[in-house]
Amino acid sequence: MDALASTLRGIVRAAAPIVIAAQGELITERAGVINLSLDGSIMLAAMTAHVVARTTGSLVQAVLAAMAVGAAVAFVVVFSSIALRLNQVAVGFVLTILCADLAIFLGKPHFNQPGREIPTVPIPILEDIPILGPALFRHNILIYFSLILVVVLTLYLYRTRWGLTLRSIGEQPAAAFVRGTPVNPLRYVYTLVGGSLVGLAGATYSLSVKLGWKEDLAGEGWIALAIVIFGLWMPWRVMLGAYLIVGLRSIAINLQDSNTIDLPAQIINMLPWFLMIVTLLIATSGVLHRLERFTPERFRPTVHRFLRAAPPRAMGTTFEKH
Amino acid sequence: MRVELQHISKSFGRVWANQDLSLTFEGGQIYAILGENGAGKSTLMKILSGFQSADSGQIVVDGQAVSFEAPTDAIEHGIGMLYQDPLDFPPFTVLENFIAGRPGGFFPDRQAARGILLDLAQRFGFDLDPDAYVDSLTIGERQQLEIMRLLSLNVRVLILDEPTTGISAEQKAQLFDVLKSLAHDDGLTVILVSHKLEDVIELCSSAFVLRQGRLVGQQQIPCDISTLVAMMFGKIVARQERPMSDLGDCVLHAERISLETRRLVVEDVSLDVRAGEVIGLAGLDGSGQNELVRVCCGLLRPDRGAVHIGGREMTGQPYHRFVKHGVAFLPAGRLEEGLIGGMTLTEHFALTLPSRAPWVNWIRARRTAGERIERFNVKGRPGSPIQTLSGGNQQRFALSLLPSNLRLLLLEHPTRGLDVESAMYIWEQLLRRREEGTAIIFISAELDEIVAYSDRILVFFGGRVTLVDDRADMTADRLGELIGGRM
Ligand SMILES: Nc1ncnc2c1ncn2[C@@H]1O[C@H](COP(=O)(O)OP(=O)(O)OP(=O)(O)O)[C@@H](O)[C@H]1O
Ligand SMILES: [Mg+2]
Repeated sequence: MDALASTLRGIVRAAAPIVIAAQGELITERAGVINLSLDGSIMLAAMTAHVVARTTGSLVQAVLAAMAVGAAVAFVVVFSSIALRLNQVAVGFVLTILCADLAIFLGKPHFNQPGREIPTVPIPILEDIPILGPALFRHNILIYFSLILVVVLTLYLYRTRWGLTLRSIGEQPAAAFVRGTPVNPLRYVYTLVGGSLVGLAGATYSLSVKLGWKEDLAGEGWIALAIVIFGLWMPWRVMLGAYLIVGLRSIAINLQDSNTIDLPAQIINMLPWFLMIVTLLIATSGVLHRLERFTPERFRPTVHRFLRAAPPRAMGTTFEKH
Repeated sequence: MRVELQHISKSFGRVWANQDLSLTFEGGQIYAILGENGAGKSTLMKILSGFQSADSGQIVVDGQAVSFEAPTDAIEHGIGMLYQDPLDFPPFTVLENFIAGRPGGFFPDRQAARGILLDLAQRFGFDLDPDAYVDSLTIGERQQLEIMRLLSLNVRVLILDEPTTGISAEQKAQLFDVLKSLAHDDGLTVILVSHKLEDVIELCSSAFVLRQGRLVGQQQIPCDISTLVAMMFGKIVARQERPMSDLGDCVLHAERISLETRRLVVEDVSLDVRAGEVIGLAGLDGSGQNELVRVCCGLLRPDRGAVHIGGREMTGQPYHRFVKHGVAFLPAGRLEEGLIGGMTLTEHFALTLPSRAPWVNWIRARRTAGERIERFNVKGRPGSPIQTLSGGNQQRFALSLLPSNLRLLLLEHPTRGLDVESAMYIWEQLLRRREEGTAIIFISAELDEIVAYSDRILVFFGGRVTLVDDRADMTADRLGELIGGRM
């Protein structure tokens, strides 16, 4: 019982930065922009948060600084795409490498120093619910934020007018333009929002999940990017994907530690990715459509929405009026 | 409401799409905008609807000069447009499409929007489920949705750019009833861009004719079709009688083809085609004709049955093997499947011309491009990217890419969206190939075209076929019955 609760709690906590970064990238891609720089910008933001927290002593300033770093990198992506007509993928790749190197270089003096931690704030009453209480309601504010973000973003995308507009500019910008949407200004806004969430994910690492600044954050950004695809651009599924990956990762580590099986670490670490590919294969094969055919007429739209596997159609393209 | 376009000009690079155009539209009337492919019809309408801005000239609404920065400005002045390529969101529901762009609060009032949508649908007799996803609708239904959306925004001038391409005859009749009612009962101005002169004569009270970006004149309707044709092309084009040619050897032998797709079961289709023969495939969209054509060139593998090309069994072989044996396929989705968006005309030839060398012979590609552009009368330069050509010119170009000496040529909607002259021109080219012994199989939604050019006709209905080889049965009326499933 306790073991289950603490395992779940560990997963929710360890996956929080990936959840936040992936939701940020989801917002960006839904608006039609690919910000590929996640791996580097998370490292740079994490390092920034750590250093600011140590030098100023203010956790709030540390978090804001990290978000500013994420937003700044995102600005480079969207500006070079819309104003300079550069390729988003190319710019993203360059920024990934640049930011990672910059984080390592600038962070060197602060390497392996003890980090400052955001205090845990259990929520009274709710924390006493069996299993779910400790799993969901004994965290710090950033972890709570990762949970709230998913709920709010889902409502925003599917229930509000602005959310509809956000989806429309990433799908068919010309049609959105005809309906009075300022496509490019909104792409700036949403890319910056997405980027600041990526920065926040960095802060969540260095101020909570992996205290302090180490270089072992490399790779986390790619995981977040992959999970957006795996979750087919839907907040709930992206979150589940993040929990799945982190859960499998911790199982792998436990198995290794307890020496129950004798496999090289690399093989076990590959397991989540293998599973992800299999899931994607199933999702894009015809199997699910057949499933849809057998569902009763009444539920078909719901099932259809859940199973459909389409990226935002205008992702990575630019839009201009003649 | 009275709308005037005054001295509108617009150029793209060196091409004048519109040159000093002045037109006036009165309320309660249905106007036609006519002109051959690339005449500048779409461009002019996009300017009137605020989608593009003119280089010079102005728009006057009820005596007031207005300027449109964006389509919403035009909508505010009561001008709305249904675009040639549907501008909607396929993965969204009908209701979401309807709500997008409507004024309202942060949380849209879905119930109210649903009410407005259903009321409009009821008035026009449209059968649309608000919760259906738009990617499951036909082109005709997507059009109906867009028309209702525009009307709900209180549009007084409704522009439709080629609304009748790709919709069924029934949907077309319904659309025309709606347009007539809007103009005559509600006093709206309707502007119809179309190539189909029969439609224009049936529906419109006046036509503006454009040629190469200039206004040729305005013609009151009723009038003879030939009057309009003469204005559009400056000369009367007569339908050509085609000489009967002797049929040659069997080119295609398809035996009991059966296959199942997500939407349709095609069963037991057999067909023999001899050199020089022209076979027309008729039927509602998605009745199996596209599947048969794709089986005959190796793009689809049949579940059962066999395909022989020139006496050689080819079932299940890949497309490029078919190409080697003299089969060519021209798909309907020009930019999706046929041509490569972003590449220039010359680059297309560099890709297509047969060559063993590992490098590109640009000199030859450029020379061939120049020659073919001239021979096929394509309005474009060797260096223009393909997507900047107008639809009709893209089709001519696609045709000019085909190798000579084909055994079998398969075409989907070879003249869809083309003006009368371009269509005649394309058929002239096709019939010339027929004289050289190429067998032709084509799909068309135009029964007149099928009747005029086919030696034999296959009518598809729900995956089953009826062969029509008796001349007496080859009338549009009889085919219409078969297409509707009546035997
Ligand atoms: N975005 C663009 N860029 C460059 N050239 C363009 C563009 N849009 C149109 N043109 C050119 O302007 C001319 C008029 O095009 P337009 O689309 O208005 O013709 P159209 O009369 O609607 O033809 P169609 O019947 O084939 O649709 C054509 O020569 C076309 O190549
Ligand atoms: Mg046009």
